[in-house]
Amino acid sequence: MQSSENIVRKAVKKYGKGRENLLPILQMVRKENNYLSEDQLREIATEMDLSAADVYGVATFYSFMDMQPKGKNIIRICKTITCFMKGKDSIVTALEDALGIKMGETTPDRKFSLLEANCIGWCHKGPAMLINDKVYVELTPEKAIQALEEYR
Amino acid sequence: MVMTRDEKLAKINAHQERVNLIFEKIDTLRLMEKVLTLDNNKILEYIKESGLKGRGGAGFPTYLKWKLAADQKSDVKYVICNADEGEPGTFKDRKILEEQAEKVFTGMAICAKVIGASLGYIYLRGEYNFLVPLLVTKMNVFNDDMKKFGFNFTIDLRSGSGAYICGEETALIESMEGYRGEARNKPPYPAEKGYLGKPTVINNVETLVYCTMIVLNEGKKFKNFGTEISTGSKVFSVSGDADVEGIYELELGMTIQEFVDLFGDGDTKAVQVGGASGFCVPRKKFKETIIGFEGVPTGGSMMLFNSSRSMYHILMNYMEFMQEESCGQCTPCRVGCQQLVKGIQAIKHKKRPASYLDELVKLAKTMRVASKCGLGQSVANPFISIVENFREEIIY
Repeated sequence: MQSSENIVRKAVKKYGKGRENLLPILQMVRKENNYLSEDQLREIATEMDLSAADVYGVATFYSFMDMQPKGKNIIRICKTITCFMKGKDSIVTALEDALGIKMGETTPDRKFSLLEANCIGWCHKGPAMLINDKVYVELTPEKAIQALEEYR
Repeated sequence: MVMTRDEKLAKINAHQERVNLIFEKIDTLRLMEKVLTLDNNKILEYIKESGLKGRGGAGFPTYLKWKLAADQKSDVKYVICNADEGEPGTFKDRKILEEQAEKVFTGMAICAKVIGASLGYIYLRGEYNFLVPLLVTKMNVFNDDMKKFGFNFTIDLRSGSGAYICGEETALIESMEGYRGEARNKPPYPAEKGYLGKPTVINNVETLVYCTMIVLNEGKKFKNFGTEISTGSKVFSVSGDADVEGIYELELGMTIQEFVDLFGDGDTKAVQVGGASGFCVPRKKFKETIIGFEGVPTGGSMMLFNSSRSMYHILMNYMEFMQEESCGQCTPCRVGCQQLVKGIQAIKHKKRPASYLDELVKLAKTMRVASKCGLGQSVANPFISIVENFREEIIY
C-alpha cells in the first residue's frame, strides 16, 4: 500500500497532527480513491496518534466519507421532496439504464457510482444531482445521460 | 384576484427592490475602513437596536450572542460563519456566498473586531464544494486587505462532509474539532466555550450579511421593515408547486396567504415553512399565519404543495430525512425517528389502527422535550402539523 501511505502522510503533513485537522485530512485522503480504506484509517490513526476506533468512528459518521470502494465519479441524486416532485425517479431510472446498475451500485469498470443524497440545495431547479463536486440542475432523463458523457 | 405569473413577478420584484439589503452592491472595503474607527459599543448598539435575530432558523438574538462573546475574558476567540445550509428547501446561502462573499467576510470581520477575535472560519457544506475555488480566491484578497488595514483578522475555510446535523452550532464545533458531529449540551454556549474551548460566535451566512448592512446603515433601514417581534427582512428559498420559484428577500411579517398569492400556482393546499424541521400550514390557516417569530419562524425554506400532492408522501420524505440525519447519540431522537417512520407506514398499510397515530403524536411530543438538540426537538414540528391538519391523508 505504498501509494495510500503516501497520501496519508501528505495529508497529515499538509494540515498538521492536531485533532482539529482530522476532517480535512480524511477529506483529502478520501478524494484520492473516492473512498477510505480501513488500512488508510489505521495509518491516519498512527500518524495522528489517535486510536483507530476513534478515527473509524469519525469517518463513518459523515455520509460523504465513503467507506466502500467507489467509482472514479460519484453521482449523488437529490431525493428530497421537491426534486422528487419534479421527476427525480425518472432521472434515476434513466441513469440506472444508461449505466447498467441499480441505485447504490458501482459500474464494473469502476467509472461511476450511483447514490442518493439528501437536499443538495437546488430545490428551485430540481431535479438536481452532483457528479463529484459539479452540480447539474433542471435535469431531464436526456440531460442526465448527456452529463455522463463528460466523464466517460 | 388571480394574477398572471408576470404580474406576480413584477410585484415580487417591487417588494425586493424596496428591501434590497442582502444583494445590494456595496463598497465593503470602505465600510471596513470606517468600522475600524468605530467604538465596539457603538457597533453593538446598532446590532441591538436592529433587533436582528439569527437567520439560520433558530432565531437567537444576534446582539446577545456577540455581547456574550465580547464579555468573555480570553486571548483567543473565534468567529465562525455557518455555511452548512442543509435544511431541505433552503438554498439562499449558496447564492449569498456566490454573489456577496465580501459582505459575508465583512460581517465576520465586524464581529471579530467587536468580540476580539483574530481567526475566522467558514464551515461550508460539502454539497457546495463547487464554491470553494471562488471563495478561497475572494478570501485571500480579503485577508490581504485586512492585513493592509493593520487589522489582525484572517479567515479560513473548512468543508463539511454531508452531515445535516453539523448545521447545529455545537455539532459544527465538534466537527471542526475533528469529532463526530454530535451536538453538545448547552450551556455552556459556544459564545462562552466554543471552538477549541474558546469563546466563539457562530452566525449564519445571511445573519452576517445583515450585520454588515446594519452597520453600514448605522442601524437604520433594517428595522424599518418587519414587525415589532420580527424586525427586518429575510431571504426566502421558494420551491415546490410554485409559479415563481427561487431566492427572494422579503419583509418579515407577511401572512402565508399574501405569500401564496405572490408565489403559489393557484391551487396551494399547504406550505411547509422552515423545511423538514419546520411547520406545515394548511390552506385554512393561510390568512391567520404570520411568517415570522410570532407565527411560523423560518430559516427561509418555503415549500409549496398543491392539491395533487400526497401529504403522506411528503411526511414520509421528511421523516426518512430526519431518521437518516439523526446523529444517533440520544435515544429519543435516534429511536423516535425510526419509530415515527415505521409507525406511519404501519398505519398506511393497515397493520395498525388509525388510533395508533395518536400514540405517534405523543412520541413526537416526548421527542420535543427529551431530545438533546434542535434536530430531535424539531421532528415534532412537521410531524404534528402535518398529522393534525391532514389526518385522513396519513391514514387512508
